[in-house]
Amino acid sequence: MNLPVLFLLGASHHTTPLELREKLALGSERLPAFHQAAATLPGMRELAVLNTCNRIEFYGIADSPETLQRLRETFCAFQGFPPEAFASVSHQALGPAAIKHLLSVASGLDSQMLGETEILGQVKNAYAAAQERHTTGPVLNRVFQKAFQHAKYIRTHTAITEGQISVANVAVDLALKIFGDLASTRILLLGAGEIGEKTAKAFQSRGAGSLTVASRTLGRAMELATTLNATALPWEHVADHLADYSIVVGSTAAPDVVVTLADTVAAMKTRRAEPLFFIDLALPRDIDANVAKLENVFLYNLDDLAKIAESNRAARAAEVVHARKIVVEKAAALWKQVESQAGGGV
Amino acid sequence: MDSLTDRTWLWFAAACYLAGFVLGTVAVIRERKLSRLLMYFIVSAGFVFQTFGLYLRGLEVKGCPLGNTFELFQFTAWSAIALYLVIGATFRLSLLGYFTSLLAAALTVLSLAVPGWDAARRVNIFGGNFWIEFHAALALFSYGVFSLLTLTAAMYVLQVFSLKRQHLHGLFSFLPSIRELDHISLRLLSFGVLLLTASLGVGGIYLMDASANVGTGKLPVTFAVWAAYSTILVLRLRSRLVGKRLAWCLIALFGIVLLSLPLVSGGNTAADATPITANR
Repeated sequence: MNLPVLFLLGASHHTTPLELREKLALGSERLPAFHQAAATLPGMRELAVLNTCNRIEFYGIADSPETLQRLRETFCAFQGFPPEAFASVSHQALGPAAIKHLLSVASGLDSQMLGETEILGQVKNAYAAAQERHTTGPVLNRVFQKAFQHAKYIRTHTAITEGQISVANVAVDLALKIFGDLASTRILLLGAGEIGEKTAKAFQSRGAGSLTVASRTLGRAMELATTLNATALPWEHVADHLADYSIVVGSTAAPDVVVTLADTVAAMKTRRAEPLFFIDLALPRDIDANVAKLENVFLYNLDDLAKIAESNRAARAAEVVHARKIVVEKAAALWKQVESQAGGGV
Repeated sequence: MDSLTDRTWLWFAAACYLAGFVLGTVAVIRERKLSRLLMYFIVSAGFVFQTFGLYLRGLEVKGCPLGNTFELFQFTAWSAIALYLVIGATFRLSLLGYFTSLLAAALTVLSLAVPGWDAARRVNIFGGNFWIEFHAALALFSYGVFSLLTLTAAMYVLQVFSLKRQHLHGLFSFLPSIRELDHISLRLLSFGVLLLTASLGVGGIYLMDASANVGTGKLPVTFAVWAAYSTILVLRLRSRLVGKRLAWCLIALFGIVLLSLPLVSGGNTAADATPITANR
């Protein structure tokens, strides 16, 4: 007689290239139907589906290896994906290894961007969806709930989530070091390029007060301003209005400096006690480098931000060994609990 | 417990402040956040010991213990800690507890380590007059405020250095924002000037009645301190003195204030001072 087993089956960015992950991803409209079909497979006791842009993973309790095989076949048939191709890119883990994997995923250790925190929310959503569909039971409930606790523990007791690792978020963190709270800041975005837009969005997602877009073409500025729920400023007014802004993001393709030292000196006569933060993402640079010498003016260019992002990435990587040790300890403890709870199997 | 002298309690307090500083340093070196609650608890324990030590002294002199340099340093540290306990809870300014424990440890250990500062004490300095005592306590409390202001100014300088030189790890990663530090500094500066003004007002009334009892150096020094802080406040409010320059001015001024403390504590004549012979 086979005993029920806790399993993980899936494919992730580690072994599956983007073009295959696209084919394996379950769209939000198809996910409930598949979830229902898989959960009702003979021998499937519990099931949760984690579906993100970097991974598709099934966590569950199956009565036998045949149930797992049925899950593989059902999934491949549902996605129209060749089973042999899935076998070559997928990974599988049973018992304590499955728990260890879930803890690594939830804590961001298994993420493409090491230590990212979004994944914990996605794991929580996957669990909530499984609960709603009544496909979780005593084992998955315990495993997932403990995984959330342990992921939080790992995040607070190691530095794997500390320091931003994208240029846009590094810029936002620096702004927080200057202004503390972004709600009262006014941001001026120079240029309507992609990197500027990404940075502006990063600021907005962290509660920035107001955003103004200025571009050599007013139409393009207005277009981006509409997208970002911002206002547009005619290019020729930038220097005159510089003092009104606390953060200026330069991202134009202009061949020369856009904000000069003289413009900044004039602006600081009005601002005086209020700091001014320049983020120069442009190449060639938009902001005169000499503004950094002024009192209460802070300037970071693309290289500066990239260097900080890289240093943060290295700091996170240095914490991986410590974090993995915690995962192993917590997974072993959780596995003991699950085993004693189940009284056999899993 | 009865056998413990006021100095013993003050040593306990100094040990707590030192412990807070050491724990904070270890946390900073390990790039870990020190629990604000733990720091608050350690500093609070030190504050309780120090309050008790100063209370015992107060019982002995039957008034506020401000009779020599040792007591002035102790009272300044006590005022800074009292203020931190309020500000720390209200503004939750990161690292302020760490820097305050450093300042309090420095002031208390230094004052305890120099026997000469506590060898003699002026007696009956307030002549049983509540208002004179109130004036002195207010003045010293304002010094406590200025000491905390010096800390926020130092933190400001460190944060600017960190951002300008792009040293963002270690101690720098825990510093509060430039704007927070500027706002809290302005509040502390205003509060300190207000307290010192009130103290001088009360002292001025007393001076008319008993100018002969005021030490020769005390009046010009106290007035100079008040004038310097008031000028800085006006310049800051008019945005004439801001940023790093303001911070350095505040740090330098407090250094001068500390150096001038013996002048403020001095009496008119050597006969004012009474040797301390109690069990210490």
